[in-house]
Amino acid sequence: MKHKIPPTSTKPIEAAVPFWRDAGKRAIAFQIVALFIVSGASYYLFSNTQANLARQSIATGFGFWGKEASFEIGESLIRYSAADTYARALLVGALNTLKVSFIGIILTTILGSLVGIARLSSNWLVSKVAGSFIELMQNIPVLLQLFFWYAVFYESFPSPRQALNPIKGVFLCNRGFIFAIPETHSAHAVMGWMFLAVLVGGWFLNRWGYQRQELTGRPFPAGRITAALALFLPLLIWALYGAPTAMNIPELRGFNFTGGLTVSPEFGALLLGLVLYTSAFVAEIVRAGIQSINRGQIEAAKAIALRPGQVLRLVIIPQALRVIIPPLTSQMLNLTKNSSLAVAIGYADFVAVANTTINQTGQAIEGVAMIMVVYLFFSLTTSVFMNWYNKHMALVER
Amino acid sequence: MTEATTAKRAQLKPPISNVGVVGWLYTNLFSTWYNSLLTIIMLLMLAWSVPPLFQWAFVDSLWNSSAAACRDIDGACWSVIPNNFRFIILGFFPEGQEWRPILAMVLLLGLVIYSKERSRWKKSLAWLWLINLIVMGTLMYGGVLGMPVVETAQWSGLPLTLILSFFGMIVAYPLGILLALGRRSKLPAIKTLCVVYIEMIRGVPLISLLFMSSIMFPLFLPEGVTIDKVLRALVAIILFAAAYIAEVVRGGLQAMPRGQYEAADSLGLNYSNTMRLVILPQALKIVIPPSVGVLLSVFKDTSLVVIIALYDVLKTTMVTLSNPEWAGYSKESYIFLALLYFCFCYAMSSYSRRLEKELHTGH
Repeated sequence: MKHKIPPTSTKPIEAAVPFWRDAGKRAIAFQIVALFIVSGASYYLFSNTQANLARQSIATGFGFWGKEASFEIGESLIRYSAADTYARALLVGALNTLKVSFIGIILTTILGSLVGIARLSSNWLVSKVAGSFIELMQNIPVLLQLFFWYAVFYESFPSPRQALNPIKGVFLCNRGFIFAIPETHSAHAVMGWMFLAVLVGGWFLNRWGYQRQELTGRPFPAGRITAALALFLPLLIWALYGAPTAMNIPELRGFNFTGGLTVSPEFGALLLGLVLYTSAFVAEIVRAGIQSINRGQIEAAKAIALRPGQVLRLVIIPQALRVIIPPLTSQMLNLTKNSSLAVAIGYADFVAVANTTINQTGQAIEGVAMIMVVYLFFSLTTSVFMNWYNKHMALVER
Repeated sequence: MTEATTAKRAQLKPPISNVGVVGWLYTNLFSTWYNSLLTIIMLLMLAWSVPPLFQWAFVDSLWNSSAAACRDIDGACWSVIPNNFRFIILGFFPEGQEWRPILAMVLLLGLVIYSKERSRWKKSLAWLWLINLIVMGTLMYGGVLGMPVVETAQWSGLPLTLILSFFGMIVAYPLGILLALGRRSKLPAIKTLCVVYIEMIRGVPLISLLFMSSIMFPLFLPEGVTIDKVLRALVAIILFAAAYIAEVVRGGLQAMPRGQYEAADSLGLNYSNTMRLVILPQALKIVIPPSVGVLLSVFKDTSLVVIIALYDVLKTTMVTLSNPEWAGYSKESYIFLALLYFCFCYAMSSYSRRLEKELHTGH
């Protein structure tokens, strides 16, 4: 122990130090008391809960997972009906949460970066518009924004029969946003795989190009070649398959549309609200990241005759990312956590499904625990990634 | 060049593209071809979006009419606000007692404005806050001085939003400081407890804590004991905010140079005195601006109590909209509410930025 009184030769003095003046012993005692209080409180709550559950004859445990859920879910990525089990319903909810978070994160990153760069623009108008957007979005609660967009959807848009039809194959009505998609064709899967293959190949090409530049000093335009191939090869496959152009165009049947792809008002409002709200914060992060770069860095890059594009790609972005990524990840996590507000506008995310489950089974503890575990899982995975990234990107100093 | 030659030469005016309106337009809007393009695109977008909105909000709109009159117009029906103003702001607070929540809000906001000046940050201000909170609580609850008791179930509208956020923040702050100290502690058991608590709370959405307070918490209590709903939500908000405050305070503690600890040690101060007299006063000063940020997000997050059916200002608005007479004017009501939140939040965030500048006394 650091604060322990150094042992002295005279024994009586050491003995005279009572234990409550010995920092080491006091620390141990203090921790024991703290642990005792925490475990005592937990035990008290636990025994109360046990008694209450027994008295109200509420089942415990996760036995309900295997039972029939008997409630419908509006939209689902996997096949689901009311006859399926609670476990499957919860899986549907979790997938819906992942879906809105995934799409939201991509859109937020794009919009946030654009607004952040616009905020730094030398163009007064662009900068001011971006600034007002940031202030407005940051200072209005996200739940209110969700309600607002939901109200816009179901109050301002007409019924399917009078749906707005701005472009052929695109409809806007209070049942959502419906648009035509290409008819499924065997070519699409091959095109997708080709695209992935080009990306993987491009990664290796890039590595090889980098090594060659290290050795010979001659750069290799791996990025451009990959981009060109990623665009060209899938198109080639599409042409080889006979260029299928059949579209699945939505049609009005009775009171609703069939065919095409529908973005429900709930999903649309949730996505719009989350993206607009979070991108304002992302914009501020991006702005701060870019501003954090020392002017000298840019001047030095220009002095060694890098082109403006190269200055951006080789000097500014790598350094700005180091500042941007950690707070950006926490914003992405915030978006995921805020997607739980879906329950307020009726999108069937994990919290909404868990909430229905709680209401039907009465097993509140298991329900809330599941919500917490799922979100903790997201958070912990993110922080594991963050730690890895920080180590990977940390400045290697002399 | 000598003095004489300069004097003789007539003062040339700067080129027109550098000064005045034209100069401003040139440097700020049309400096390069892509800036000009951006400006034109922006102006076109504004021209396309602003006039219809203006038409909807100000020209075709009604500001103080009956619901029936609103049915005949295309524009905004702002009348929904004045017609339901009392209910949106005060909710279910009993008739005839309106002066109590209004006075409580005025006291709170008055004190907030009074506390803005840094010269007034003294010990007496803390006492003033304490007294103010007690007075506010008494005004709301009543039961003394001839004021009839108003159960917390009837607390609603803006006063509830303000109480949840300010009471929550004030109680959460000391808790957050303790958690931050615990997290920095050398005692492994304490440190583990605090880390687990902070990371767990920060990892889950507030809504799960609110669910916990509304549906799980009653199961925790012994038979016959009940705690009212508002208090339970308040506890959830406190537990939530404390974890975030702890992280903010930890940032301040980490920013303290080692020399401060060593100096305090060499003076023979014990742990609590080191913290109380040396470390915390400096660390807390650094973290005031981010703390205002936490207050801001707590203020926004109180709107989530809607989901557990507490009647905060968002819920009272929704109740108004569920009235068939006023159904269908959600946009107008939500815009009004957004404006209300925006005023509070913008004031807080610009105050936080100002403080940051003022307190930035470093190099």
